[in-house]
Amino acid sequence: MQIYLPIAEVSVNAFLLLGLGGIVGILSGMFGVGGGFLMTPLLFFIGIPPAVAVATEANQIVASSFSGVLAHLKRKTVDLKMGTVLLVGGLVGSGLGIILFNYLKALGQVELLVQLCYVVFLGMIGALMFIESLKAIRNTRKSGGVAIPKRRKHNWVHNLPFKMKFRVSGLYISVIPPLIVGVLVGVLAAIMGVGGGFIMVPAMIYLLGMPTKVVVGTSLFQIIFVTAFTTMLHATTNFTVDIVLAVLLLVGGVIGAQIGTRIGVRMKAEQLRIWLAIMVLAVCGKLAFDLLVMPSELYSLGTEGHS
Amino acid sequence: MIRLVALFALLALPAKAEEIVLGLSRDEVAITATFEGSEILIFGAIKRDAPIANTDDLGVIVTVAGPDKPVTVRKKDRRLGIWVNTEAVDIDVAPTFYAVATNRPLREILSPSEDLNTRISTQRAIRSVGTKSENAEDFTRALIRIRAGQGLYQTLPTGVSVEEETLFRVLIPLPANLTEGAYKAEIYLTRGGEIVDLYTTTIPVKKVGLERWLYNLAHENAFLYGLMSLAIAIGAGWGASAVFTLLRR
Repeated sequence: MQIYLPIAEVSVNAFLLLGLGGIVGILSGMFGVGGGFLMTPLLFFIGIPPAVAVATEANQIVASSFSGVLAHLKRKTVDLKMGTVLLVGGLVGSGLGIILFNYLKALGQVELLVQLCYVVFLGMIGALMFIESLKAIRNTRKSGGVAIPKRRKHNWVHNLPFKMKFRVSGLYISVIPPLIVGVLVGVLAAIMGVGGGFIMVPAMIYLLGMPTKVVVGTSLFQIIFVTAFTTMLHATTNFTVDIVLAVLLLVGGVIGAQIGTRIGVRMKAEQLRIWLAIMVLAVCGKLAFDLLVMPSELYSLGTEGHS
Repeated sequence: MIRLVALFALLALPAKAEEIVLGLSRDEVAITATFEGSEILIFGAIKRDAPIANTDDLGVIVTVAGPDKPVTVRKKDRRLGIWVNTEAVDIDVAPTFYAVATNRPLREILSPSEDLNTRISTQRAIRSVGTKSENAEDFTRALIRIRAGQGLYQTLPTGVSVEEETLFRVLIPLPANLTEGAYKAEIYLTRGGEIVDLYTTTIPVKKVGLERWLYNLAHENAFLYGLMSLAIAIGAGWGASAVFTLLRR
């Protein structure tokens, strides 16, 4: 069934959009990522104008994250205190990110910057997670299926002032590292046009030392607010949020997120991480491939002027 | 402007020997939520007061043009091993939709000088004033190629069927990715490459119903529209969660 999208001004198959929303929703619920880094390129691919795809995707992420976070709240796997600290950083970061984005847009080549950002960050994070999870799985096997709880290392992070107790995460650390993580993720999220979960999740695990089970819910909690902020910004300045497109994507997305959250709970943390790593690496590989291989059409059309 | 001049030139002619009488299958194209593209039938007759005096080849040219919009064409090149946009050309005027239908290949029924004046062929319909790039021609061709691939630019060399040198009809397919606006349909009658008559009409293409309402809201009440989008998103997220909780019981 074809549906004409009023803002995007293109006609697309409704079931295709529902399906895409569903698949990305499952992944979102499983890994606590908004799914924007997968959905946005997919929307470009089916012919949605990039500006509309980025803005509408932000709106859709609000829905799937909200659905996911409710499931996590019931399970008490959301660290609200940590989420709020990250959110404060995130909002500051996305504000800065948008300023940076517009500055680079004036210089031209913003598209290339976005692609390079994707390749570099996805590649780095994917590779790190993959190696780490493989090691973890090997260790579990060696010790006869019982993981040896590692003693928490004390490094410079623990000597910073403004310490706060994060009971759900079982942490007593300074608020400075989570704030910095929030800002950095916010900047990247604004530039790359995504929620930033795929950067946030590893940062929480490896930099802040939060338990994996709490990480997913907390990341979703923070993403809701950052993407809601982005949606409003796009809707009021660029008029590029397509509500019909958003509804189709989010109907599939919210159902997918519920299923995904349930799958995620049944899986082992190491397995969850290795699958996320593989997915991140696959997207990175595809984007790198596009940059390196000669495109079939050298020319492209754009509406905005160039400098 | 040039077309207008051409029109006046035609009007200034003393009593026309041949004149176009036109009909359209529809007065407007409505874009609804389930719009899948459409087609428009343009038909008509050539009215004569006297028997055919001019025996040069008869040509019927039908053009349908969507609203003009500027467009930037970018070209990728290999730099340091990766493909990046290097050159760009701004095209000041390019119709968002353009179809040229003729009864015989355009070159045979329209002289190059008439084409230059009236801007009938697709290459002429696109105008880029003051482009510095020396290979601007390549960029224009790329624009036509890309839009033709999307069904937005069409050349139908034998699209117009003419019967008895009097009746003509043409079916112009409209793709689903149409831009709103006033579409200008022009029918030219040529004899031996020279234009002898011109008929112009507009076909409005507009969104209707829900599509219209949402589009207006998004542009006129952006803040409210944004809040509505968020409310729907939150509502859907909560709804799915509630439904799944019920299902698990």
